[in-house]
Order: sequence, then C-alpha cells, then structure tokens
Amino acid sequence: MAKPLAQEFFKGLWDEVPPFRLVLGLCPVLAVTKSVENGIGMGVATTFVLVCSNILVSLLRKAIPSKVRIACFIVIIATFVTVVELVMQAFAYPLFLKLGIFIPLIVVNCIVLGRSEAFASKNGVFRSFLDGLGIGIGFTLSLTVLAAVRELFGTGALTFWEKPIPIFGPSYQPFSFMIEAPGAFVCLGLLLCIMNMIGKK
Amino acid sequence: MREMIKMVVILTILSCFSGGLLAYIHSGTKERIENQVLEFVKGPAIRAIFEGATNDPIADRFRIKDGDIERTFFVGVIDDEPRGIAFETSGKGYGGDVGLMVGIDVKDNKLLGVGVTTHSETPGMGARAKTDPSFVAQFRDIGLQDPIKVNQDGGTINAISGATITSRAVCAATTEANDIYKKFKDQLDDQLKSFKK
Repeated sequence: MAKPLAQEFFKGLWDEVPPFRLVLGLCPVLAVTKSVENGIGMGVATTFVLVCSNILVSLLRKAIPSKVRIACFIVIIATFVTVVELVMQAFAYPLFLKLGIFIPLIVVNCIVLGRSEAFASKNGVFRSFLDGLGIGIGFTLSLTVLAAVRELFGTGALTFWEKPIPIFGPSYQPFSFMIEAPGAFVCLGLLLCIMNMIGKK
Repeated sequence: MREMIKMVVILTILSCFSGGLLAYIHSGTKERIENQVLEFVKGPAIRAIFEGATNDPIADRFRIKDGDIERTFFVGVIDDEPRGIAFETSGKGYGGDVGLMVGIDVKDNKLLGVGVTTHSETPGMGARAKTDPSFVAQFRDIGLQDPIKVNQDGGTINAISGATITSRAVCAATTEANDIYKKFKDQLDDQLKSFKK
C-alpha cells in the first residue's frame, strides 16, 4: 500500500502526467497554450491551487463528513483559485489579461478536484503535498511543451517577457494554423501519440 | 440527526473561514489592482495623450463627485504647467460602449487628444479606432467650441471606412467629455492651481 514518498512525487511527472496520461483538464491545455509564457503562468497557478487544496483537504479529511465532501472540496478549491486570481491581478496584470477567464475556471478543472477526491482525502499531509506538487509540475511541463511546439511552429519565435526570440530566423514562414484552435487539437494528438509510443516501447 | 448537524456546522465553518481569508486578501490587494488596471488599460491612452508630459499622469490623479458617480481626472504637466486634464467617457458603439480617454488643454481650451481604452468593436473594422493611430490623431488640437462630428454628419472628422458607428461613438464621447469639462471647469481650475505647489 505505502509507496515510497519519492514515487508519489515522480508519478506526476511521467506515469500519471495529467493531460497526456490521465487525459484530464484539457480545457486549459487546449485554450491557453498559444505561447510558452501563458502555458507556464497557467501551470504555476494550477500548481499552487493543487498543492494548497491537497494539503488542506488532507488536513481536514477526518473532519469532513463524506456526504458533503464534494461541497467542502469545492469551497476549499474555489478559495485558493480566488486567491490566485487576486494575486495575479495585483502583481502580473498583463498575464491576467491574457489568461482571463481560464484562471477562475481552475475551480472546475477536474485535475484539482480529482486529486482531492482520489488522493488527498485518503492520504497523509506530506504525501498529499508531494502528490499535488508532482502532478502540478507535470501539468506545467505538459503545458510548456505543448505551448513551445505551437508557438515555435506558429510564429517561428518564442516570447519571454514581451520579447520575441527568433529561433528559425527571418526566412521562416509562420505556420499560423498551429496557434489557432485546430492546431491545439492536432498538436495534443501528436504529443499523446509520441508519449504512448515511448511508453509501450 | 447528529450527522446532519455536523455537516451543517463543518460547511458553515469552512465557508466562514474562506470568506474571511478572501476578504482579507481582497482588501490587501485592492489598491494595487486598481493601479494595475489604470496602468495597463488606461495607461497607454493617457500616456499617448500627454506626450511630452514631465510628470506621471497616472500617479497625479484626483476625483470629483458627479451626482452618484465619482470621476477620476488625470493631470498632465506640459511645458512646466499643469495644463492638461484627462478623463474617461464613453459612447455607444457597434458592439457596446466604447470607452474613451479624452485629454483637454485647460489653458487654450482645446483637445489634447483622445484614446480608446475599452471596447468590443469588430476586429479589423471598429477596433481600428484603437489600433490605427491616424484616426485618433485627427482629434489633436481641435478647439472645444467646434462641433465634433464625422464628415457624414457635417463635421471634420474622417470616419474609419466601414466603421462609421464606431467613429460616431468616439465623437459622441468627445462631445460628452466637453460637456463634463464645462460643468466642472471651476472645480478643475481650483484643483490645478493647488497642484502647482
């Protein structure tokens, strides 16, 4: 039953990496991965919510009556999401303008609720913390990889802090399909395919 | 029965705790958020209007009560004189209200310039009121006694082709700004005088 602590952390990075292995939380994955910056911002915000809600749910797991557990989880998650929203508005307003509605929508991200229900409500605080951190970092990395592929082929450059860094040089003709919505689906499908091929050997 | 009570109590405590925490963070970040909104939504328009101003117009702002609402006025120091005043009005556009920052030269009674802040106009058509600087450039240095209208309505402003409604909205917002300016002229003059110190 008790897995090594390190495994709780590392499973989020490969074995159970949310968008590719669990195929969960696809709404932000498809919507915000237009640029690497957006992807990282969204990933960090989700990681914060995941870690905090996992810790709190795990602390309160004995006190929460099972009949109202979902309501309690939602209250906890919604609180942390609003905290993220306010802090992001106060300190990273341009990023908030770009991510917009997808920040409040972390509340209904099934990864967060899924980890509370499936893991934190049954495990200790430290384990839940590692689980949340692992899944969160895995989610951030997936968003970053997907966003990097889309931005690179879609614009030929990667943008950090408003400064585009050209990768392919000026002769590259941007493949703008990649930063449109259909590009997100195609890209996600191809990445899923690659992940499965590596996993199967 | 006991379980019922426990459920109610736990949910209540949890909600109270969450409400309290959020209220605390909200009050802590409120001022900063307000500044950020000013900086990123209205800031570009204000800075474009007060080109060459030697102060920070966003920091030098004051409020005047107008009936039920409070209007925020931004002060621009041009040629070592606080003679520029900017505030926001709005006009009915094609897709909703078009927010317009209007800058007025108090000394010469003319427009310093205008800039679109918020809008939901069609991209590539009405949205050009914000993205195409040549349209708002027409408002520079217009005297306030002249009627501000698009040329279809007998005015001097060339409307954006394909976006007459948006162009009219900008003109209407400018006219409204002129009315507000006349209404508060004395108060504004007082504020600017005290600003000189």
